[in-house]
Amino acid sequence: MAEYHNILTQVQVRGPAEMGLDEKGLVAKERGVEPRFSSILGYVGNAQLGPIHLGMFGTIAFFLGTAWFFLTGIGMLQSVDWSWQALWRDLWWISLDPPGEEYGLGFPPIWEGGLYLIASTCLLIAVLSWWIRSYLRANELGMGKHVCWAFAAAIWLFLVIGLFRPVAMGTWSEMVPYGIFPHLDWTNYLSLNHGNLFYNPFHALSIVFLYGSALLFAMHGATILATSRMGGDRELEQIYDRGTASERAALFWRWTMGFNASMEGIHRWAWWFAILCPITGGIGILLTGTVVDDWFSWAVLHGFAIEGGLYNGPS
Amino acid sequence: MALLSFEKKYRVPGGTLIGRDLFDFWVGPFYVGFFGVSTIFFAALGSIMIFWGAAQQGVWNPWLISIEPPPLEYGLKMAPMNDGGLWQVITLCAIGAFGSWMLRQVEITRKLGMDYHIPFAFSFAIFAYVSLVVIRPVLMGAWAHGFPYGIFSHLDWVSYTGYQYGNFHYNPIHMLAIACFFTTTMLLALHGSLILSAANPEKGEEAKTPDHEDTYFRDFIGYSIGTLGIHRIGLFVALSAGWWSGICIIISGPSWLMPDGESWIEWWDWWPNFFTFASIGG
Repeated sequence: MAEYHNILTQVQVRGPAEMGLDEKGLVAKERGVEPRFSSILGYVGNAQLGPIHLGMFGTIAFFLGTAWFFLTGIGMLQSVDWSWQALWRDLWWISLDPPGEEYGLGFPPIWEGGLYLIASTCLLIAVLSWWIRSYLRANELGMGKHVCWAFAAAIWLFLVIGLFRPVAMGTWSEMVPYGIFPHLDWTNYLSLNHGNLFYNPFHALSIVFLYGSALLFAMHGATILATSRMGGDRELEQIYDRGTASERAALFWRWTMGFNASMEGIHRWAWWFAILCPITGGIGILLTGTVVDDWFSWAVLHGFAIEGGLYNGPS
Repeated sequence: MALLSFEKKYRVPGGTLIGRDLFDFWVGPFYVGFFGVSTIFFAALGSIMIFWGAAQQGVWNPWLISIEPPPLEYGLKMAPMNDGGLWQVITLCAIGAFGSWMLRQVEITRKLGMDYHIPFAFSFAIFAYVSLVVIRPVLMGAWAHGFPYGIFSHLDWVSYTGYQYGNFHYNPIHMLAIACFFTTTMLLALHGSLILSAANPEKGEEAKTPDHEDTYFRDFIGYSIGTLGIHRIGLFVALSAGWWSGICIIISGPSWLMPDGESWIEWWDWWPNFFTFASIGG
């Protein structure tokens, strides 16, 4: 069994750092952070860390993201009466909370949700700036904008939860508290207050795509590693000029389940499964409390649930 | 029809685990093998049992069909067919079908001269299922603790079981499993995007290379894991999601792990008491 299964890289070759392509001669001088090497990273993938192209939008995103983080910390500290010890003791439970319902869509006093709205604005601009980067960096290299659109799908869910739904509900109090257990409690109560989110068909779809993505990545990752002896990991080369790794990978699934993707096609399946998770999830959340108040009653009405539920514990 | 242009030269005998060349053939695009036959047997029997159960109950709404596990009184014994025995047979069929499917993957792997990552990965999915319907029920002493086989009834089971332990979001292993699910989905989006954006560049541009992939990700986040590494980390995080999902439910229930009525919310009480600053006010 002295076979090489390609689990970890066993011999790390280290040359000079790759500084990145610069076909238009414009970006090399804008890249910062001296590259370093980590042999721990090298066991799994590339050992090289950096350089990075931060640029204007990266800088904005970095500073406003950091601002959100520290404003959240300040809010947490205020909630425990400025005690550092209590901050650590209660860290899992405390949060920077959105304004109360009485303020509607107005701007509340600083310690009653005002700080929360400021922090949220910082986070919103940081995320959008990072999204602009995902476009600009691809454009610089003449690449497709697939990362940018996939990131937009995640931002759709972020905007639904933090902006569109609260506006539709007429109150910022519907926003998510920034804290570890509090944001989980928010999730829990959203489901409880609206009759069990499991009966929301878009939530069900979102979970299907979430689990489906884990399944697809397990299938794809395993297929590529299992054919890496034949060069399966050289995916772009295999897309442009199919080799035996692609052929065996395709035949494996054809023989197993009667259907196979191509080396390029599997990445289309992957992309759609992954982005449909937040897209369908966002639709499901946007409808919750705005269009449908109680998903369980809605399910009973449409014949896929029965009064009293289908399962009430072991009999 | 069934053959791809390059397929013929790969369709060679050999690589089987059982039965030599007895079942070493294809039907359409499907490879058969001994485990193909056993997969069909278990899958067909299990499906027929589900439909039979639906007929017994007179429920034909596909959303509402539900095959319940036996009541608590049967413990870990066999139950009568119409009182949970059906669930037990279906569970056996499911495990038989999943196991056969995995072993068929082993045979196909051997036939194609590949490595065993795929059946190894599938075993984690089987583990997650078995943890719910065998390991945890056995540890708790009754098949009644398995989940019912139905589209919405199994979701009701998830709700019921989650709230049995206060709030399942507070289960630290559940947190870990969810973090792995979210992470693998994000990584899949990024990996799929990167390949597609290199192979489908802007109009008029030449198709891109792994150097472009590395440059894009180093520019974007300061690190590019590389073509091999992304598949290792993707597979690892996906399997971790399945593994920790199984563990998070196994540790919820057995009384020697979790006293009756204990909730995951209270489980966290050790944290504020753990540190010397427990005595401070506020």
